Amino acid sequence: MELIFAQVLTGLANAATLFLVASGLSLIFGVTRIVNFAHGSFYMLGAFIGYSLMQVLPGMFGFWFSVLLAGLAVGVIGVIVEICVLRPVYKAPELFQLVATFGVILVIQDLALLTWGAEDVLGPRAPGLKGIVRIFGEPVPKYDLAMIAITPFVLFGLWYLITKTRVGVLVRAATQDREMVGALGVNQAWLFTGVFFLGSAMAGLGGAIQLPKGGADLLMDFNILASIFVVVVIGGMGSLPGAYIAAVLISVLNVFGVSYLPSSTLVLMFVVMAVVLMVKPYGLLGREEVAGEHGQVGEPERPIKPAGPKVRLAVVVLLAALTLIPLFGSSFLSVLATDIIIFCLFAASLHFILGLGGLVSFGHAAFFGGGAYVAALMVSYANTPMELALLLAPLGAGLLAFIIGWVCMRLTGVYFAMLTLAFAQLLWSLVFQWDEFTGGDDGMVDIWPAKWLAGSTSYFYLTLILGVGGILFLRHVAHSPFGYALRASRDSSRQAEATGINTKRVQWLAFAFAGAMAGIAGGLFVFSKGSIFPTELEIARSFDALIVVFLGGVKTLSGAVVGGASLEYLKDQITRFEYWRITLGIIIIVVVILAPEGIVGTARKVGERLGWVREQEGLR
Amino acid sequence: MTEPDAAVLDVRNLSKSFGGIRAVQDVNFSVKKGELLAMIGPNGAGKTTCFNMLMGQLPRTAGEVHLDGENITGLEPRTIWRKGVGRTFQITATYPSMTVIENVQMALMSHHKRIYSILPFATKLYHDEAMALLELVGMPEQAERHCAILAYGDLKRLELAIALGNGPKLLLMDEPTAGMAPTERTKLMQLTADIVREKNISVLFTEHDMDVVFAHAHRVMVLNRGELIANGSVNDIRNDSKVQEVYLGGGNLFSDDEHQHA
Repeated sequence: MELIFAQVLTGLANAATLFLVASGLSLIFGVTRIVNFAHGSFYMLGAFIGYSLMQVLPGMFGFWFSVLLAGLAVGVIGVIVEICVLRPVYKAPELFQLVATFGVILVIQDLALLTWGAEDVLGPRAPGLKGIVRIFGEPVPKYDLAMIAITPFVLFGLWYLITKTRVGVLVRAATQDREMVGALGVNQAWLFTGVFFLGSAMAGLGGAIQLPKGGADLLMDFNILASIFVVVVIGGMGSLPGAYIAAVLISVLNVFGVSYLPSSTLVLMFVVMAVVLMVKPYGLLGREEVAGEHGQVGEPERPIKPAGPKVRLAVVVLLAALTLIPLFGSSFLSVLATDIIIFCLFAASLHFILGLGGLVSFGHAAFFGGGAYVAALMVSYANTPMELALLLAPLGAGLLAFIIGWVCMRLTGVYFAMLTLAFAQLLWSLVFQWDEFTGGDDGMVDIWPAKWLAGSTSYFYLTLILGVGGILFLRHVAHSPFGYALRASRDSSRQAEATGINTKRVQWLAFAFAGAMAGIAGGLFVFSKGSIFPTELEIARSFDALIVVFLGGVKTLSGAVVGGASLEYLKDQITRFEYWRITLGIIIIVVVILAPEGIVGTARKVGERLGWVREQEGLR
Repeated sequence: MTEPDAAVLDVRNLSKSFGGIRAVQDVNFSVKKGELLAMIGPNGAGKTTCFNMLMGQLPRTAGEVHLDGENITGLEPRTIWRKGVGRTFQITATYPSMTVIENVQMALMSHHKRIYSILPFATKLYHDEAMALLELVGMPEQAERHCAILAYGDLKRLELAIALGNGPKLLLMDEPTAGMAPTERTKLMQLTADIVREKNISVLFTEHDMDVVFAHAHRVMVLNRGELIANGSVNDIRNDSKVQEVYLGGGNLFSDDEHQHA
């Protein structure tokens, strides 16, 4: 009993950090509708800046002053990011900004590495709160008690700011209808900047205040990212009390998980989130998000047409060029081209559900990795020949997507995205922790293609046929009645339902289909590498595909392919440098700012301006 | 069940409460074959609530809806559509990413149960039928235009073409002329009336513009505070004292000389 009480206290103390950071994320998302992936980076910066400040500011006063100062500093950094990176892309299609924030993550990672080095930093103990207190005989750090005591004040302060002050009224109004707020004479741009300052400052504060417990390291940005999204979603978007309850729930459960069921820790919060969302689709204290409430940003998508003779010719020429790679290029080039094609198919499958279906999935890696693991498991345990394994990969991934899709389909928008992320994470931790079956962290090795395809050249041709065939098939389905029904469900579910289309079923099947296509990519991947590791199921893998689809241009399939090829090639080229992240991050940010409709969309616009591409009437 | 003059739609004791507010109370009416029936009433009278219940978009509190003698109460909107009820929306709902004709083709593909096929090119399916429908609503030359750039009146006509895609026996039109210029209103309703006559369809529509109602409706129902207070021919309604009270607090709103064309 005593132990349990002490554990609850530990959980509450951990919840403090989580709440501080998550409430900032919630504020930023609520008002600006930006899914800010860089929020974890702000948290990390808060920790490092706080650490540096504590080195120079002594004593108890210095400690707490450093914490505050770190918060303010990160707030200012948030403002700089908002003004320089996000302002130019507010008008871009929805969610496009998340690509920009992803670029910011990479930049901050390398900047932190340059400034503070790769070594983990041990946080200083808080002066005056160093010891422990015995509560019912169990030791409880004094600092934990301080954190537990502080959090309600922060919650109250924020709550007061949001519900009682004029600024709060504006923020809440902007959350509900930012256009209206703009029409009433509020300078939206500065309201956004202000909210970004506050939100980032909360993250910085969270990072600095947890220093005595956790220190600072270069992985903490990604480590907290998933948790804070989970907290915001469980609590309900935009609800501060909800975020607090969720933070406490997650932290306390986590402490118990560590003690009694260690293997559950990686996945516990995602299970909690999945359960909460299945019962309460908008989080514990969230309100229902009315679809289309916030309006479509950007101009409407253009009609699509089956390829004309010119486009067909271009595709044939490109294919011919690709077939020549092994003949004239090195085997290294063949391997690189194989990687690129596989990644392009993966990205194209995400585009199908994201672009045509309007369903943003944050967990598409589940089907890429899922397909790969299905193939690997079949080969390892059932001695399945490669040909059959390559067939089973999409079937397995499709089935997986069929099941996950069925659960996720009842949600929409960001909640849908988060639930897909939760399931992907679930799968990842399953693979990661089930050592005996999946090899866990060590992955599965020795999964090579059949003899007749053993060389990199012949495997390249297989990839070319299946990969490019898969992409062309995706394109064809987009032009089929099913693809049209999917777009109809996205464009106006009201009209679609009123004309006999079961929109949820169409989207569900499309989700399963996209999963199966990602499974083909996964199957090809595992045989090209001869091995598979849990990293292929990670959030980062899902984000790769997401970034690529947006970067290339979400409105066209070619965008996903062009984006996929560019990123994969770029990564291959620059990961040889020590500070490649900052390079890639800056390139991403520059592309985002220069080409707000993605590479393909913007290229087409430029082409129209110059008169190279026929312009459509009335659209400019 | 289809004797001459039989009811296509039969609504019995339809009611809806939102909490303690009784938005629609005990509404009874029927729509006869080939009839243009108008439902009018002040804002908040319960017209749209009625419509949404008829189309299955809103669960009812009590009552039954029969289509051609078949009980369709509580069915999903898409199922009701398959049974032959088309609808247009107060705020237009079309597919902005498609061309005009593709919008109509989509409805036709759904009607012919082809939405799950992945082999044919969608643009090649039911092209002629879609074109015929566009000709019916008078916009064949706009077939290849991008739906997102249509003028509002054209969107309304397009919606009508979409609603006709399943060859409906009944059309439900929620404020078909809202937001249109007066001349456009008359044109759209004249078009609807012509189509109704030609295809022998019944129409139930709500409307605020009395000119439109009196010019085109065969029969008029008046809803006030959720209750049906009058139901009769255009002339009956015009002279009904209860209706006049609802609309003008007693004054004579609909004087004959102002509406010669009625």
